[in-house]
This record gives sequence, structure tokens and C-alpha cells, in this order.
Amino acid sequence: MKETRLGEFEEVILLLVGILGEEAYAFKIAAEFKEQTGRAASIGSVHSTLNRLSEKGFVDSAMGNATSERGGRRKRIYTITAYGQQVLKEARDFKMSLWNQHPTLSLDKFSIA
Amino acid sequence: MPETQHTPPPAARRFLQFFLRKDLLEEVEGDLEESYYAKLEESSGLRANLHYWYQVINYLRPFALSEKQFNNNNYTMVRNYLKIGWRNMFRNLGYSLINIGGMALGLSTVILIGLWVHDELTYNRNHVNYESVGQIMRTGNLNGEKYTTNWLPYALALELRENYSHLFDHVVTAFSPGSAILGLGTESYSKSMIPVDPEFIEAFTLPMISGNEQALEDPYSIVLSESLAQTLFGDEDPYFKSIRYNNKHDLKVTGVFRDLPHNSRFRDVEFFISSELNLIDNPWMLEQGYTNNFLQIYVQLNPQRSYDEVSAAIQEVIFEQVKDQEHYTSVHPQLFVHPMEKWHLYGEWDNGVNTGRIRYVKLFGTIGIFILLLACINFMNLSTARSEKRAREIGVRKSIGSGKAQLIFQFLTESLLIVSISFVASLLISALLTGVFNQLADKHLAIPWTNPYFWLISIVFILATGLLAGSYPSFYLSAFNPVRILKGTFRTGRNSSLPRKILVVIQFTVSVVLVIGTIVVHQQIQYAKGKPVGYEREGLVMVPMATDEYYEKYELIRDRLVETGYVADVAQSMGPVTDVWSSNGGFTWKGQEPNEEGDFATISVSANFGDVVKWNFVEGRNFSEDMASDSSGVILNETAVKLFGMDQAEGEVIIWDPTWAETQTYRVIGVIEDVVMRSPYFPNMPAAYFLDGRGVSHLNIRIREGASLTSALSAMEETMRSIFPNVPFTYEFADDAYARKFDMEERVGRLATAFAILAIIISCLGLFGLAAYVAEQKTKEIGIRKVVGASTINLWGMLTKNFIILVFVSSLMSIPLAYFGMNEWLQDYEYRVSIGWWVFGLTIAGALLVAVLTVSYQAIRAARLNPVVSLRSE
Repeated sequence: MKETRLGEFEEVILLLVGILGEEAYAFKIAAEFKEQTGRAASIGSVHSTLNRLSEKGFVDSAMGNATSERGGRRKRIYTITAYGQQVLKEARDFKMSLWNQHPTLSLDKFSIA
Repeated sequence: MPETQHTPPPAARRFLQFFLRKDLLEEVEGDLEESYYAKLEESSGLRANLHYWYQVINYLRPFALSEKQFNNNNYTMVRNYLKIGWRNMFRNLGYSLINIGGMALGLSTVILIGLWVHDELTYNRNHVNYESVGQIMRTGNLNGEKYTTNWLPYALALELRENYSHLFDHVVTAFSPGSAILGLGTESYSKSMIPVDPEFIEAFTLPMISGNEQALEDPYSIVLSESLAQTLFGDEDPYFKSIRYNNKHDLKVTGVFRDLPHNSRFRDVEFFISSELNLIDNPWMLEQGYTNNFLQIYVQLNPQRSYDEVSAAIQEVIFEQVKDQEHYTSVHPQLFVHPMEKWHLYGEWDNGVNTGRIRYVKLFGTIGIFILLLACINFMNLSTARSEKRAREIGVRKSIGSGKAQLIFQFLTESLLIVSISFVASLLISALLTGVFNQLADKHLAIPWTNPYFWLISIVFILATGLLAGSYPSFYLSAFNPVRILKGTFRTGRNSSLPRKILVVIQFTVSVVLVIGTIVVHQQIQYAKGKPVGYEREGLVMVPMATDEYYEKYELIRDRLVETGYVADVAQSMGPVTDVWSSNGGFTWKGQEPNEEGDFATISVSANFGDVVKWNFVEGRNFSEDMASDSSGVILNETAVKLFGMDQAEGEVIIWDPTWAETQTYRVIGVIEDVVMRSPYFPNMPAAYFLDGRGVSHLNIRIREGASLTSALSAMEETMRSIFPNVPFTYEFADDAYARKFDMEERVGRLATAFAILAIIISCLGLFGLAAYVAEQKTKEIGIRKVVGASTINLWGMLTKNFIILVFVSSLMSIPLAYFGMNEWLQDYEYRVSIGWWVFGLTIAGALLVAVLTVSYQAIRAARLNPVVSLRSE
């Protein structure tokens, strides 16, 4: 088994960064997280996770341009790195392989007739 | 209100700016503001503000904290205080160990007592309707005393349901708890149970694993505890399986409930059956009117009603029904509702005054506080005693600008450090001791490691203790005059040790009081144990007559048991010898005063009962199987004869009208010494023994003298098994049952002993530390004295004298305190020991001895030092 070093929360956040693209900054990600999962996450906890992901090299970040909203303050926009993409894919493949080995719940049996 | 009015709360923003890393500030402030306005759009300004605060607090994470927080002046100072405190601790390792050890012992005691108190206060809280369920109690007057009981007549339950239903959500009857035989296949088990009304499950929110709240609707149903279901059926699903009950009925399992917690009233109940089945088995119960009390009634109040209101409304319900009977005008039975909240802690009545275990909760709570105080005193004494050693440091700190407040803060930090270390140690100690403590206290306590409230309370507690212990030393030390210290003329005067002396006196006073208290508790137990019991407990076995067959085959049982050769004889009785199962009024005797009444233990026995339990006759003779006239004979105990005011009772005639049965006339054929049946701490009840055979429930088996108990037991079991293959052989030794009457007091005694020993240890630790300090301080003086010719004995006397005086003063102070305290405690027992003066003498002598030994170690060590060594330094 290959260790993906990606927790469940981290994986979701990483996926959300990919989904949000240009709009991937802490507040938006937290809002989207709530939208998608129905669970609330504070901006602080999302920020801290992003920080960790960036230390691991899964995301990059850069300050965006100043806009008139939010008092002219800039946003930090996160983007997935190639390494991050690869880790995400590995995490998915790993789970797929587990699902396929599962005796009663093998994905084949769920195929729509 | 215009939109622009709303901005994020400024205080929260300032707080964020204060702790957040500067490079993150722009993005984070932006994000939070955006989130704030998003929230504002969907809800109120207040909610948006709270939301903003919530987000700010959630940024208190390591990655986001500003470096500056770890680098500013205050932080550095605190770090310095901790470092100095830490170093000081290791520099004087001996003192620190005494300090921490004493404090850790004190804190462990407090933790254990705290857990115990918490357990007591949360008794029965497992029931969801904790606040609305109560039990109906009955009071009455008898010869000027007010009694309170929970036994009630069956008719009352019907009346409450019929005419008072607006007051209650549920009225639940529960018959007396007992044990019954459950048969499954070839196996049979004796298990404890209560017959209850079906609504019991709902009122007490029994945690049902299977089955529902109607599980007991059918009279032939049975509801099992989870562990009993496990015993009977293993992993099989018990639902709707059939169980043989008392070899008589087949019951269907209609529910299983999760075992009730150890601190709840019904914790020992292994199964419930329907009260209706009990009535089918005992149809006579339906026709007893209002004067025969044999069940308990629980009620859940209508949510609109208060306990007082309901109590007032039902107060006279029984009296209304019985007031025509002459006897009840003086008794005047009244009812009230006893709320579940008070069942455990206020479960006793003394002449109408509500008391109970709350006394012990208060007692041990106080002891806990005192033991903590002792530990704090140790800390104060050792810190101030060693102040001269730290005087230079204080002088230097003050002269380079440290203010008094800062020094106070420094010493408080140090005391917090010591208390925190002690707390960690005490957690370990108490975790190790919970097993022993649980045994001592009959509890299932555990340290709630994962409970956030426990940690919160612990932190508050550490702070409080740290401040308490550090308060005096920090004010004392910070008040030193720097000029005098640094000039070298600083000497703590004679008076400086006065507060220390006072504290030592307090410590020993508390300890000595605890020791005296412990001795008196033990004396009281021994005294009550030595009370004559009126029969022979050893070698007497009591066997409940579990099924109807016991009554049919009584003669067979008797013959077969005697045939084994181990058994001298077998007799029947109502209830075990060690308890009273039936008490009644309604007696009339010669020379009775008007309104004079008696609550008599009325006990049916077989004719040979007296020979089997070995009564001691004062006059007259025992029943005889051969004399038919004995069926209208009665045997009284001495208390009954005293109540009758007779010198000689043999041959006298008494009349008994039980109200629930025919009035009969009895002739006294014998008088026996009192048999202790209820509490050994209270006067014996008057008792009357009859031959009427009504309600006999126990076999009393006298084992032949000299026979081995184990082989007798196995022979008896074999015999009983051969007669009743489907009934497990349950028995109890009379001496064991009797010993259980002392459980509560012995438990208190053992706990008190443990606490008294702890108090002494902690106080002696402090004394030991102080003695070491004094000896060290006087090293030079001792050296010079030795050179001039003082003997070791002289020096020992010089060093110990002061401490001995202190301990002696404490002893004198503790005498009145202990005397009044223990006298108060003893008032709860009518049969009580008187406190002998030797207790005080012995305790004081012991305290002095322990103190002398503690101090002597240091004194002799100092006195034997070679003066050449002690005078050479510097």
C-alpha cells in the first residue's frame, strides 16, 4: 500500500481548490466546503489545512490583485501543483482498488442494468 | 437601519491584529470581512458579529500566531520566573520533594473525594424524568415519635389513580424487591427482581434494547437486564423466548434493558415482572384495605404540578379512609411525595426530620478541604522558612527595578509551578488508588480522562490552590527591604516565625481531630458489635422458601436434612432472623394507658424455631409441638414486656387486632431476651412470636455443633437438589447477614482511617521539612555549643522542644473540637458508646510521639555533626 499522506479533510480541500480555480481562497473554500458537505468549517481551520498542504507541496499560492471589495485587501489564491494532482489521483486509484476487492460491494454489481 | 452601520466588531478585529502573524493579516482580514458580510445578508447583525468572533477565535492556531507573542517582555519574564523556580526546585531537591509529595498526596485525596462526591450527587440522574418522579411516603405518630416509611396499602394506588389522576402522569406500584427462580431448560437460577406496573418502564425511562414501553402489559411477560439476558441466552436473541418463573408460570421475554448504572436505586434489579402476576399469585393482596402496607408507590407528576402542591393534595388520603378506627386517630397517617432528587442523599427520617447520606457527603467534603489546607500550609511554611535563602535574590530584583506586584507575581508563578507538578503526580497516584478506593467506598469510580469538564475544573482548581498556597509566601517575601538585605543586616526577627507556628498548630489540630474522630467511629462500631444479639449466629443458615413446593414438602426437607447428620434441626420463620418483615399495631394489654400504642414485630414461627436459633429465655418456656393449646400462645421479647409495664408476663393475656385479620386472644407462654433484628444502633422493637404459620418465608437450619461448615453445606445442597431439582440452593449465614448491618459504618470508619493517616503524613512531612530547616540554620550555633561542651541530648532537646510545644498546644485545642464534633455524630445513634478520656490521652501521646520521632531524625543528625566540619565553612 502506498501512503498518500492525504487526510480526508485535506483531500476534500484539495479537490475544492481544483474546483474553484481562480476563486480558490480561504473564505470561498470554506463556503464551498459547507455547500458541498453540509458541514461547517471555520476559515481558520481551512486556512491551517491549506498552509499544511502548501508545506507538503500539494498547492501553490500567490496574492491576487487588489479589488474594490473587502476594503481593497488582496486575496491569497491557491492552485494545485502537478505533485498535488498526482497525489489526488493516487488517492482515488487506491480507493478504487480497495472497492474492487470488496467482496459484496464490488463496483460491478452496482452497474446500472 | 442603513447598511453602512454594520461593520465587524472592532474588539474582535483588534484581537485578531494582536495575535495574528503580520504577513497573514491582509488576506485573513479580507476573508473574515467577506465572510462577515455574507453572514449579515442571511441573518441579523448580532449573529454576524458572533460569527466574526467565532472565526477570529478559530484563527488561534500555531501556524497563524505572531512570533512577537513569544518574544515580548512579559513572556520573557514569566519564562524567567519559571526557570528560576525550576532551578530553585532542583537546588533544594529535598524540600521540593517534601513540598511536592505533600501537595500531591493532598491533591489526590481531593480528586478521589471529589469523584466520590460527584458520584453521590449524580445518583439516579440516569433517569430522564429525574425531576418529576417521586415516591409516596407515609408518616405516622407512635408514642410521641414520628415515623416515616415507604410501605403503602394497595388500595391507595387505586384511589390515587381513580380520584387524583389530574395530579399525576403515572402512578406506579412496585412490590417488595426479592429474588425468584428462573428456569430455562434444565438450568435454574436465583435472580433479584421487582414486580412493577407496566408504566414503570415509561416513568423511569428504562433504557430498552429490545421491546418497548408496553413490554409488561401482559401479566405473563418478563423484562430482563442485558447481563441477565447474556447469562440466560448467551448471544441468542432472547425476545419472546419462554422462561419458567418460580417453577409455576411460563413467562415470555418481552424486553431487555441496558444494565442500570452503579449509582442508581435499581442497579441490583436483574429482571422485572408485571405486578399483575404478583396479584394473581397473591390474590389476598387485593382485599387488604388501607391498613396493610406491603408495596411502594412511585409517581410521575403532571408537569404543571409541584411536589409541594401534590403532597398537600394527597396528605390526608389514607387518614380519610381509616379515621373511623380508633387506633388511627392517634397515629394519624399522612402522605407526601419524596422527590427522586432526594432519594439518595436525603433518604432517612429521624422523628420526621429528613436526613441521610448528605451527612457523609458534607463530612468527607470538609475532610477533603482540610487535607488540601494541610498541604497548602506545608507549602507556605517551607517557602517562608527558606525565605532567608532567597532574600538576596529579592534584594537584587528590587534594586534593579522590580516592583512589589512583580515579585508577588513571581512567587505565585512558582507556587503554580509546584502545584501543577503535584497535580500531575496526584493524577497518577489517584489513578493507581481508584481500585482500592472503590473497594473501600463501594463505588465504581474512574478518573474521567476524556471529560472536558474534568479538565476545566482541574485547571480552575490548580489556579485556586496555587493562589491559596502562594498567597502568604508571595506577600511575605515581596515585602523585604532591599537596603537591609543587601547591606547584610537582614535577619528575620523572632516574630517572623510566629505565623509559621500558627500554621503548624492548625495542621496538627486538624490531624489530631481526625485521628480522635476515627478512633471514636471504630469504638462505636465495636460497641454496637458487642451488643448481645439474643440468639446464636454461628452455624445458623437461612434459606428462603423459594417456591410453593417448599411449603408442601417442609416435613420431608426437615427429615432429609437431619438425616445427613450435619444438621441438628430445621425451623420455619417469617423473614430471616436478621430482619423484621412484618410489624403491626393493634395490641391490647392489661394496664394499657389510653392512646398507648406499640409497633410490634409480629413474627410467625414454627414451634421449634426458638430451639433452632437458640433463644435465651428470661421466663416461661418455648412453644411445644405436642401442646395443641400453644397455637394461641405467644412469646414476647423483653422490650415488649417493658412496654407493657409488667414485671412478669408469663400467663398474661393480650389481644391482637391486626385490622386485616380476625381479632384474637393470646396467652403469654414465655419471654426471651431481645433478638437484634433491625439496626444494632437503635433500641430493639417489641416483638411477638406466634405459631399461626401465617406468611412463613424462611427455613432456619442449625448445623450440628462441631460439623465442618463446608461439608455441611455440600450435604445440604445435595439434599435440596434431590428434593427440588429445578431450584438452585440459595442460602445465607446468619452471622454474615448480621455483619452486613455494619457495612455503612465500617466503610465510613475505613475511609476516615485512610484520611486521618494521610493528614498525619502530610503534617509530618511539613514538620520534617521545618525541622531540617531549623537544624540547618543553627549549624553554627550547634557547633559552638558542642565545642563548649553541650551533649547530644542537650542539643536534641533544644531542637525538638519548640516543635513539641506546638504539637502539644494543637492537641489541647483539638480536644474540645473533637469532643463536640464526635458527640454530635454519636447523637445519630441511640445505642452509642460514651467517649472515654483515654481516647484523648492516647491520641495526644501518639501525636507527640510521632512529632518527636519526625523532628528527632533531623535534630540528632544535626547534633552529631562534627563541630570541626560545621564551623569550618566560610
